[in-house]
Amino acid sequence: MSFLPYALAAWLFFVGLYGVVTSRHLVHLVVCLGVMQSSSYVLLLAIGYRTGKKAPIFTSGVPVKLGAVDPVVQALTLTDVVVSVTATALILALVVEIWKRSGKLDPDSLRKKET
Amino acid sequence: MTRRTRLGTFVAAGAALAVLFVWALTGLHAFGDFQGEYGRILNRTAGSQRHVTNVVAAIVFDYRGFDTLGEESILFAAVIGIALLLREARDEGERRIDVVRSDFIRAVGLFAVGPTVLVGLYVIAHGYLTPGGAFQGGVATASGLVLLYAAGRYRAYRAASPKAMVDLVEGTGIGTYTALGVASLAVGSAYLANVVDLGTKGTLASGGTIPILNAASALAVIAAVVLICHEFLEELMTPA
Amino acid sequence: MNVLVPLAVAVPLLGAAALASLGHVSPARVDDVVAAAIALAVTVFCVILIFQSSHGTIHYWFGGWQPRNGIAIGISFSVDPLGAGIAALIGALMTAALVQSIDYFEEEVPPHFFVLMLVFLAAMVGFAFSSDLFNMFVFFELMSTAAFALTGYRIEHRSVLQGAINFAVVNGIGAFMLLVGIALVYGRTGALNLAQIGQVLSRHGPDGLVVVAFALIVVGLLTKAGAVPFHFWLSDAYAVAPAPVCILFAGVMSDLGLHGVARVYWESFSGVLGGHADGVRAVLIGIGVLTALLGALMAFLQSALKRMLAFVVISHVGVFLAAIGLLTARGLAGATLYVVADGLVKGALFCAVGHLARRVGHTDELIAHGRGRSLPITGSILAVGALGLAAVPPLGTFVSYALVDDAAGRLGDRWLPPVLALATAVTGAAVLRAVGRIFLGLGPDEDDLLVSVPRGEEEDEGERNAPRRGFLLWGPAVALLAAGLGLAFAPGLADHAIGHAERFVDRPQVARETLHGATSAPTPPAHEHVGTSSYALGGASALLAVGLAWVGLYRRRIPRKIRAALDATFGGVVLRLRLLHDGVVGEYVTWLTVGAAAITGLLALLTR
Repeated sequence: MSFLPYALAAWLFFVGLYGVVTSRHLVHLVVCLGVMQSSSYVLLLAIGYRTGKKAPIFTSGVPVKLGAVDPVVQALTLTDVVVSVTATALILALVVEIWKRSGKLDPDSLRKKET
Repeated sequence: MTRRTRLGTFVAAGAALAVLFVWALTGLHAFGDFQGEYGRILNRTAGSQRHVTNVVAAIVFDYRGFDTLGEESILFAAVIGIALLLREARDEGERRIDVVRSDFIRAVGLFAVGPTVLVGLYVIAHGYLTPGGAFQGGVATASGLVLLYAAGRYRAYRAASPKAMVDLVEGTGIGTYTALGVASLAVGSAYLANVVDLGTKGTLASGGTIPILNAASALAVIAAVVLICHEFLEELMTPA
Repeated sequence: MNVLVPLAVAVPLLGAAALASLGHVSPARVDDVVAAAIALAVTVFCVILIFQSSHGTIHYWFGGWQPRNGIAIGISFSVDPLGAGIAALIGALMTAALVQSIDYFEEEVPPHFFVLMLVFLAAMVGFAFSSDLFNMFVFFELMSTAAFALTGYRIEHRSVLQGAINFAVVNGIGAFMLLVGIALVYGRTGALNLAQIGQVLSRHGPDGLVVVAFALIVVGLLTKAGAVPFHFWLSDAYAVAPAPVCILFAGVMSDLGLHGVARVYWESFSGVLGGHADGVRAVLIGIGVLTALLGALMAFLQSALKRMLAFVVISHVGVFLAAIGLLTARGLAGATLYVVADGLVKGALFCAVGHLARRVGHTDELIAHGRGRSLPITGSILAVGALGLAAVPPLGTFVSYALVDDAAGRLGDRWLPPVLALATAVTGAAVLRAVGRIFLGLGPDEDDLLVSVPRGEEEDEGERNAPRRGFLLWGPAVALLAAGLGLAFAPGLADHAIGHAERFVDRPQVARETLHGATSAPTPPAHEHVGTSSYALGGASALLAVGLAWVGLYRRRIPRKIRAALDATFGGVVLRLRLLHDGVVGEYVTWLTVGAAAITGLLALLTR
């Protein structure tokens, strides 16, 4: 159990990267980027976990002394999610434009024509 | 490069990188045994220092509030960027079929709009007390609005969220956040310092500037999601 | 509490918010002038900060969260003269770009453009000042987001779409590597403040995690900087973005990646990796030299001016990286001065290219052959700028080069300055050749050695109406060029730079100041003397630039036998290199992976 979350993060990273490199469809490429991004969430949250502790929310009745999992990685992951979403949205806007103008969604078809 | 060469090169390089990465991961602490002081200190002191019960919200809107300003700006820049990229003049005439024909879907969907928006607003409002906050609740609220399109008709969705107003809301959201920081400066404190009365922990009136920043961010997030959906729908609704 | 520090980031953001909400009601020119005024204000703030921070680095804690017991709770900005100098450069370039925009575009520019430029300004300044690792990541992503959108401005052209999407995907993966590195560092140290990370890491020796984390962070930052082999996206994107945007990309955005590497190394990793500095040095200088030479060669092979300048940017990034890679205070001082002087020169060059594009309609030297004869000012700017690229004495870029030369000499790396001089000479030669063709009509208007943009693909193409206020297009270029080259005449600049760099690299003292509020020690005095070898190299570089430009123009006059011999030796390599830069994103990402694996592996091996 103890290495599995980290191994999962590494797996997602490389599977996503492989997908980006070999992709034949731009939307598939964007989804693979998303897989890579999930890898960073898993890594961050796995790093901050403390066995047996609860969420860092101390509503009435929960004493602070009990401790909680690390709240900083959760804040970082939240920021990370927003950043990833915006990047994805922008790239998808570009993909829509490419589709509208050329009807093709194969990344390899964007190869430059040289004189 | 041919695709085969590309694949071969990638597999070799990727395997090497993977080995190195896993080697680095073995240097991490055992899963579940994180010792970091930063988080520990904040867990212990955030409640008494800021009178909020959700420590993550305190970090997002206070301790590391400047990061959140950056993040709001990213959201803002993305929305403006998408509007810039998809900006060509569109013909207002023809449209694709944009009305859902099934009565059942329409009934269930439209019925769900109200509760979704309400739940979203609740999650936003209580963000610093219980799990939730501007981002989580903001996306939920915005999806309630987008439901108008998915379950109803595109024109209703557009009428419920006129572009100029949404632009204004987006600008206001990020403007408020930034301006609040400047206000702190004006009072002689540091940028984004929490200079408002902290109130009673556990109630809605607590946290000082945290609820204000929370609300400003929520506005920005809702407007951003609605605008992004709007741009994409405009693009795809118009026949090429 | 120094209010200028947060205002340098907050004011452009407020301006952006205001323009987004209200920009529709006013004409584009008004929006543009407002944005330019804001950029000018930021430049002034940063220049003031240079002087205010010369007595001691300014540490600004956001939210008022000062560190407790040596542990950083909030996010801080560390403003020192080197960083403030780069921030002032950013402001100056943005002001120039916005002034040029007033008359550059023929169509009515949507306010979104100015909103994004202001956000871009805020992001770059924030990145230059930030001393919190995750905060740096946030500003890095903000820079990237604004940049992709700005690159895609002329979305109607296929080449623009391709450039923008390659930019977005490759940069995104680079950002992701940076984030993973940050996560690993946080996992080990539990801290995000650079100084605090340095304190925790330096308690032990380096192990796998530390080295790999450093490598990943460097890979992420070098992807933005455009070092080889992470540079492919840059030549595609810089060639298609509108000229005012390119002023910023070329002048400073790439170099910010290097500034990030320097900050992260010195504040966080110099303690733990210091014992293995030679290994780190070898890797950084190695990448730097490879980038400098490859970039220069590719620049010489282009006929399209914008793409050529993109490769010039890449080549000079290599030069700066090699200087930073020396890992000494003098090297850092030289690199920073060089970034500023060269950044101003490159900004001026792109500004001049913008004017050329607007007046002539083409920026390809083969197509625009001889058409620039009526634009003497633009031609002069490009010619003088080209010599500036080659670091001809006694101008501003030369002073910085001399400092780097000295730094390398003190380390015993005497081979480095001539190699760097060669790279800068070739880049200068490429631009000079283009000047010769376009403005003087020299040389043939066909050359199969050069890569051209196919007709119909160039995004600035077509005859245009002459701009109403032409001086707005070339005026900023003159100002930037004068500033960049005139830096040579600022008294004692090199001495001050060395002094501040010495403070910057003193990690334990920086940590004491940041985390414990210790007062700054006075800046150690330094005296820099430009050696004769530097003059010799600088002069040789300039002469070589002119000579190579001549060769480029009159290649056919070289005796057939020599040409055939050269072709046989280099022809295959040149062809392969050209084919590599073919715009397929899958290949670019493959090269990124290769680079990441190589850098991580080498660093791991060399720091055992």
